[in-house]
Amino acid sequence: MPTLGADMESGTLLEWRVKPGDAVKRGDIVAVVDTSKAEIEVEIFEDGVIDELLVSEGTRVPVGTVLATLRTGAADGAPAPSPAPAPPSPAPAPPPEPAVTPPVAAPQRAPEERRLRVSPVARRAAEQLGVDLAAVAGSGPDGAITKADIERAAGAPTPAAAPAAEPGERAGAMRLAIGALMARSKREIPHYYLQTQIDMSRALAWLQEENLRRSVADRLLPSALLLSAVARAVAAMPAMNGFWVDGAFRAAGGVHLGVAISLRGGGLIAPALHDADRKSLDELMSGLRDLVTRARAGRLRSSEMSDPTITVTNLGEQGAELVHGVIYPPQVALVGFGGIRERPWAADGMIGARPVVIATLAADHRASDGHAGSRLLKLIDNRLQEPQEL
Amino acid sequence: MSAPATVTISYREAMRAAIREALLADARVFLMGEDVGAYGGCFGVSKGLLDEFGPERIRDTPLSESAFVGAGIGAAMGGMRPIVEVMTVNFCLLALDQIMNNAATITHMSGGQFQIPLVIRMTTGAGRQVAAQHSHSLEGWLAHIPGLKLLAPATLKDARGMLAPALADPNPVLIFEHGSLYNMEGELAAGAGAVDIERAAIRRPGADVTLIAYGGTLATALAAAEELAAGAIEAEVIDLRVLRPLDDALVIESVTRTRRAVIVDEGWRSGSLAAEISARIMEQAFYELDAPVVRVCSAEVPMPYPHHLEQAALPQASTVVAEVRRMTGASG
Repeated sequence: MPTLGADMESGTLLEWRVKPGDAVKRGDIVAVVDTSKAEIEVEIFEDGVIDELLVSEGTRVPVGTVLATLRTGAADGAPAPSPAPAPPSPAPAPPPEPAVTPPVAAPQRAPEERRLRVSPVARRAAEQLGVDLAAVAGSGPDGAITKADIERAAGAPTPAAAPAAEPGERAGAMRLAIGALMARSKREIPHYYLQTQIDMSRALAWLQEENLRRSVADRLLPSALLLSAVARAVAAMPAMNGFWVDGAFRAAGGVHLGVAISLRGGGLIAPALHDADRKSLDELMSGLRDLVTRARAGRLRSSEMSDPTITVTNLGEQGAELVHGVIYPPQVALVGFGGIRERPWAADGMIGARPVVIATLAADHRASDGHAGSRLLKLIDNRLQEPQEL
Repeated sequence: MSAPATVTISYREAMRAAIREALLADARVFLMGEDVGAYGGCFGVSKGLLDEFGPERIRDTPLSESAFVGAGIGAAMGGMRPIVEVMTVNFCLLALDQIMNNAATITHMSGGQFQIPLVIRMTTGAGRQVAAQHSHSLEGWLAHIPGLKLLAPATLKDARGMLAPALADPNPVLIFEHGSLYNMEGELAAGAGAVDIERAAIRRPGADVTLIAYGGTLATALAAAEELAAGAIEAEVIDLRVLRPLDDALVIESVTRTRRAVIVDEGWRSGSLAAEISARIMEQAFYELDAPVVRVCSAEVPMPYPHHLEQAALPQASTVVAEVRRMTGASG
């Protein structure tokens, strides 16, 4: 069972898309898993032949459970049963973790693997309040978890306390999951916040011109420009793109923008637009449309759920003017955009009305400082002044 | 005008007032021990009593703890209410056979035919540079013995009020007077009298940690609590008062609220009263704890004579503060 988000502890195998003997290749969808947030299509990351399905449909299992075994054709003819579990790492994994564990799972799994220091009263309180000890930061001697830590954590119910995500309870379960993750973020991550106003007149003028040449179906939205600008700026600022894991920052291999998408039934989800810095505006636009459609249909893929390297939240045309976001652990930064509004703008000694967006950055002070954060916002601004380059 | 509500009094004077009251109240009461008469007591507690009550009731004894404690046991068996003063707890070791094999045992051995309404007072503790033969805290050893009741008055009120119920108790009672307390002076209610000798007392309420002390270490614990309060840690301070039988209920109730316990005990750590209390907390309140129980005890050395070494060997408030900060996760 892959981790389909840092807040996931277990998932229900809804459906197998393969059966023993089926040949599969990397990227094929082999199963559908229900997290408390959505139904996710699980991709396989190795070529081979499905050997055995170990978990039956409808079963809820903890993250890390082997779902199936896969025979890889690599060996000489004889199809030796490979211990390689399927689905293996859905992320382009930096290797020290076992194959089933994507890097985003590391901060949660690490404490489980060594013995947690939990005081007796805290352990009992955790049982009573349904708090997951692995998600609690200890403040006692030698980092031991104390009763007070449990009571703080209980303020935001954790995934362990979440009911199984029956369809009717999906929204409630999602609220619990979001609550637990955001509480953890605010508890553990020393956020700092920066904001800047960006003149969007050039970008929007270019967009208007560009859209005139396009069919209605192919028109670009300002969101695509914003996402592209962020992706390209982040590519130049690796310190903002990655994960805080085991007390250290680990830069990510690519720029996978987590795009916050609000769901119609309430709640939100932030699947990844992979390698966004290398995608054209058209690719970003279609990728975004696809993600939104599938997110709202509850049909996201495992890799999209597990490996965003930085999140972008865009309140859109009708949104509030700015957003101070909460970082999605173990990421270290979140870029927010308010609605694009006409505002008084002074330039060259003149005041005029221009379309302006307020870009904000919430960043993890353990991983970066305001100087770097400020530079990231400046780079985003620069990119948006040269829309033709996006 | 009404009488003053309180009087200023020292621990020594409070103890003397209690003895005097007992002598006045009951003709069976008498005091004996080394230098309690003409000299007025090694620590001056009985000064003036010889003049008032005469040598029949204020009796100087030879330097033989075994003999005069044994005489006290015999007198108690014969219907008297003796108060026997042993100069220091170190010296009571000479009378340990009498205390344990006779005082604590005769009621049992006689099938209840004899009771031993004996009170033995003794000085305990260090801090006065009287070195390794006069300074130890052996309450823990004596608290090991079934059949004894052990009291540790740490306040003026208890110094004034514990003797009367101890004398009224049909079984032997040992009262430990910490040497550093005799000069402690303060206000005491004018009508102060008998107090209970069953229960421990909360001397300072707090929510974050329970400091358990008795006798001479009560002041240490209270000083530590003051310092901790400056750092927003509220320590509850329990004065055990009765060392045997221990008032487990209060200790457990307090620790259940604060989830942490530090025992401040001037005895040596190994096999100490602190060890016993720690074990009881573990037995009765394991699932209430947020941290392992901590003991702040005397260094396991013969009590040194030089002031700085003596202080280094004794439980200090700064040590208590550091331990509490460590166990609550508070920095510096």
